[in-house]
Amino acid sequence: MKAPLTIACHECDLLYELPPLPERSVAKCCRCGAVLQRHKRDSLDRTLAWTIAGLILFVVANAFPFLDLKKGDLVRQTTLITGVMELYQQGMRSVAVLVFLTSILFPAVQLAGLLYLLLPLKVKLLPWWKPASVFRFIQRIHPWAMMEVFMVGILVSMVKLGKLAKVVPGIAIYSFAILIFVLAAAASSMDPHLIWDRLEIDR
Amino acid sequence: MKEEFATALEKSLVSCHSCHLVSKATAIHGKGEMICPRCGSVLHQRKPRSLSRTWALVIAAFIFYIPANVLPITKVTSLGHAQSDTIISGVIYFIQTGMWPIALIIFTASIFVPLAKLLILSFLLISVDRKWQWRPRDRTRLYRITEAIGRWSMTDVYVVTILVALVRLGALANVEAEPGAIFFAAVVVTTMFAAMSFDPRLIWDAMETDHE
Ligand SMILES: [Zn+2]
Repeated sequence: MKAPLTIACHECDLLYELPPLPERSVAKCCRCGAVLQRHKRDSLDRTLAWTIAGLILFVVANAFPFLDLKKGDLVRQTTLITGVMELYQQGMRSVAVLVFLTSILFPAVQLAGLLYLLLPLKVKLLPWWKPASVFRFIQRIHPWAMMEVFMVGILVSMVKLGKLAKVVPGIAIYSFAILIFVLAAAASSMDPHLIWDRLEIDR
Repeated sequence: MKEEFATALEKSLVSCHSCHLVSKATAIHGKGEMICPRCGSVLHQRKPRSLSRTWALVIAAFIFYIPANVLPITKVTSLGHAQSDTIISGVIYFIQTGMWPIALIIFTASIFVPLAKLLILSFLLISVDRKWQWRPRDRTRLYRITEAIGRWSMTDVYVVTILVALVRLGALANVEAEPGAIFFAAVVVTTMFAAMSFDPRLIWDAMETDHE
């Protein structure tokens, strides 16, 4: 039996001694209602599986055009990175950098970082290079990885362009759509407490 | 779990922001900082200078909010005819062409959410500053919502990016990004940082001091 976990509510600072949670249950703070901890089944395996799926989809989503615009003989295709480069060339550097970070770099770093941590942990090893810093970093950038918002942006753009020209969804848009669900699944199956526990073993 | 509840602060304990380990608030590092023994983050019992930092970001975001809405965010050139669009004119266009679900998405994400966030954060800041006792649970919930919805304001930034990338049809049609887009992106980023720098535990600290 695991020892109770000492935890302070991150929204109101109340202290708790949490016993191991039963299946599919959630512990909430009795004072402010914040979620303290959520039980996650096979967290490590599931998160690892979703992460691998996410990485494959991410590569596909970036390698192929996600929208084609057709008007007469003219065809214009766009991948994720072309929009960023176009903005940059127009002098909107700050916006280009923001879009690059939130829709490409941070999601990529997050997925790669999780793979780097979870793969060794799965075979009971400790990642060799600064695992704590890596995990801390990917948790910090998490709010800034906004692929699902980008997806909404794609949908709005498709409607907006519909009047102007013919819009044809490319291969990438489908892997993009699935990727959104895979990322959500990875995030909800991940148990940060468990990962911190495992990372701690060798220290 | 029958014992009297106490906060980490009262027990001289500190909870780590990134790994949530609770440790003694005395583990002083060389530079006079506390370092989390598990993950190595710098520990703070409360987010440092939370109120002044959040106020600064909220005020900056209010200022950016004006040019973001007044200045055009895109310029569409079609067959020699150029037209600049602001966020609001985009919403009006969608309403006029009967695409009200899209109009609603843009209006909510780009106009309503940033403003609501700024008003809620200002309200929370004032309430903490004045040590109000009013409904701490609901105020914490307001904060939680504010933190969760901010990211959706990025929608319009992405729409501009996609339009700029796609609509390069030479003389037929061209879309360029305009300065409003920079200010709008600045609003999104500053409001997100503002929500992150606010410490909801301050709402509850005000409740504690009154009981004693
Ligand atoms: Zn709480």
